Amino acid sequence: MTPLIEVQHVNKAFGGLHVINDCSIRVEKGSITGMIGPNGAGKSTLFNLIAGALTPDSGRILLDGEDITSLSADQRFHKGLLRTFQIAHEFSQMSALENLMMVPPNQAGEHLFNTWFKPALVRSQEAEVRRRALEVIEFVGLHHVRNELAGNLSGGQKKLLELGRTMMTDAKVVLLDEIAAGVNRTLLGDLMGNIERLNREMGYTFLVIEHDMDMISRLCDPVIVLAQGSVMVEGSIEEIQNNPAVIEAYFGTDAA
Amino acid sequence: MNELVFFINNVVIAGSVTGSIYAIGAIGVTLIFSIMRFAHFAHADIMTFGAFMVLLLTTAFPAVGASIGVPTALIMLPLAMLLTAALAVGIDKAFYKPLRAHGVKPIVMVIGSLGVTLMLQGLIRLFSGTGGQSLYVDDRKEIFRLALPFEGVRAPIVITEPQIYLFVITLVAVVALHLFLNRSRLGKAMRAMSDNPELAQASGINTNTIVAVTWVIAGALAAIAGTLLSLDVTFKPDLSFFLLLPIFAAAIVGGVGHPYGAIAGGFVVGFAETLAVFNWNVLLRPFRDSLPTWLELPSNLAFVGTEYKIVVPFFILVAILVWRPTGLFKGKVI
Repeated sequence: MTPLIEVQHVNKAFGGLHVINDCSIRVEKGSITGMIGPNGAGKSTLFNLIAGALTPDSGRILLDGEDITSLSADQRFHKGLLRTFQIAHEFSQMSALENLMMVPPNQAGEHLFNTWFKPALVRSQEAEVRRRALEVIEFVGLHHVRNELAGNLSGGQKKLLELGRTMMTDAKVVLLDEIAAGVNRTLLGDLMGNIERLNREMGYTFLVIEHDMDMISRLCDPVIVLAQGSVMVEGSIEEIQNNPAVIEAYFGTDAA
Repeated sequence: MNELVFFINNVVIAGSVTGSIYAIGAIGVTLIFSIMRFAHFAHADIMTFGAFMVLLLTTAFPAVGASIGVPTALIMLPLAMLLTAALAVGIDKAFYKPLRAHGVKPIVMVIGSLGVTLMLQGLIRLFSGTGGQSLYVDDRKEIFRLALPFEGVRAPIVITEPQIYLFVITLVAVVALHLFLNRSRLGKAMRAMSDNPELAQASGINTNTIVAVTWVIAGALAAIAGTLLSLDVTFKPDLSFFLLLPIFAAAIVGGVGHPYGAIAGGFVVGFAETLAVFNWNVLLRPFRDSLPTWLELPSNLAFVGTEYKIVVPFFILVAILVWRPTGLFKGKVI
């Protein structure tokens, strides 16, 4: 079976600093693949390369067998590759609901012609998008703050909103960048529950960068360990936790 | 009553004219800032370019307007708006896009736009000459004198044809922009990008399209402002350039990045200028008899002389920045 995401021999340097070195990973369809690694291992860079925020110096990135290396971030979005941000991003001057309504691609109202000449079509589609946004906001448990300006939400609520954003369109794969960071324990439970449900009930594939080992061990299989810009080990969470090389990478030689 | 008419002519009408021009110019500046985050100093010369295109087209086909009964220049305006929008997009592609691709600091973009200013000014001067030319090539500038039906009012209210067009077109442009930003998805995408460009892209918004649309809108508005200004006076290659600083003052006073703020800022600056150079002696003269005898009204009672008009926007700018640093409206995001 073709993996949903395949990164082939990718390199990326910033000036003289080689952050990603001949890195190859695969994310299988239907999996929740975890990615861990010490600070500076290149996790976020690899993430940005996959999402299209950065372009690799060499190597290829495939989405469902199709080469997407030269596509921009918004083009990758339209292919079903979605991401969240480590520090939650939101359109601060729009309400939570409007934030979600920004997402669905190819709305009729996107074309100037339609806004002026086919207002009925635009309106019915807006109503449809609004209905879906309301469903999603219910699902992620933000219904009570739907009309609040997104800029005023708490850090954890913004993370839930980020997850909600990925549900507004038919995503093939969602990249979650430290979604647990700065989220309180109660909300974190909701968040993980939602991710599991999306994966099991709606067939979402996830690639997750995470520092929270609880979350990794509860959700992710397999787990990829990144160190110095390439894959060190890959396997189930038990295998990773008992791997001496991983322990060494995290805690230094003395601890091993 | 004559004094009131004098006030209407010299403050209400003159202030609205200046204010409308500043407002349209400032909307462009503020939109460019909110999307690309730099102060576009070449904006005034894009205005001049628009007016110059109208001049060229009007000179080429001077008789078109007479058949419909409007000035030829006005018929050529939509065409000039298209050409100016194309120029703005072209300038972006040729000069600003490579800079953005290198991720330079905003100040580098600002200096780059100064270079574009000099280049555009030089080019326009090369073709138009340095003197003034009327945009009314074949037709005549109508001047309306509205006599008021009151006893003893001799002076009429004077308003010229281009001033009426200016008010109407400004109103239409502002309403159209409001509908665009709030109703169309492209407009919403612009607001989204000005709020958070990274997230906009991760939401499937093509940021290159938004940048191009911004230049089209800014260029078209600049052509309107430049042309209507040149219609009201005469076309000169440096006419708009001298409005650059007041336009920036207007954009900042309104809260930079905020289009409605830019409109408000434009009128605040425009009216402040006209009020500051207005000779208040005229309004006080009727009450001369009731004033104490030791108080003699000087013949010129303006706050500043006309030569110092340019100071006024900056006085307001400083005052606003001290009193309300974010501008009248909270800026940064459309």
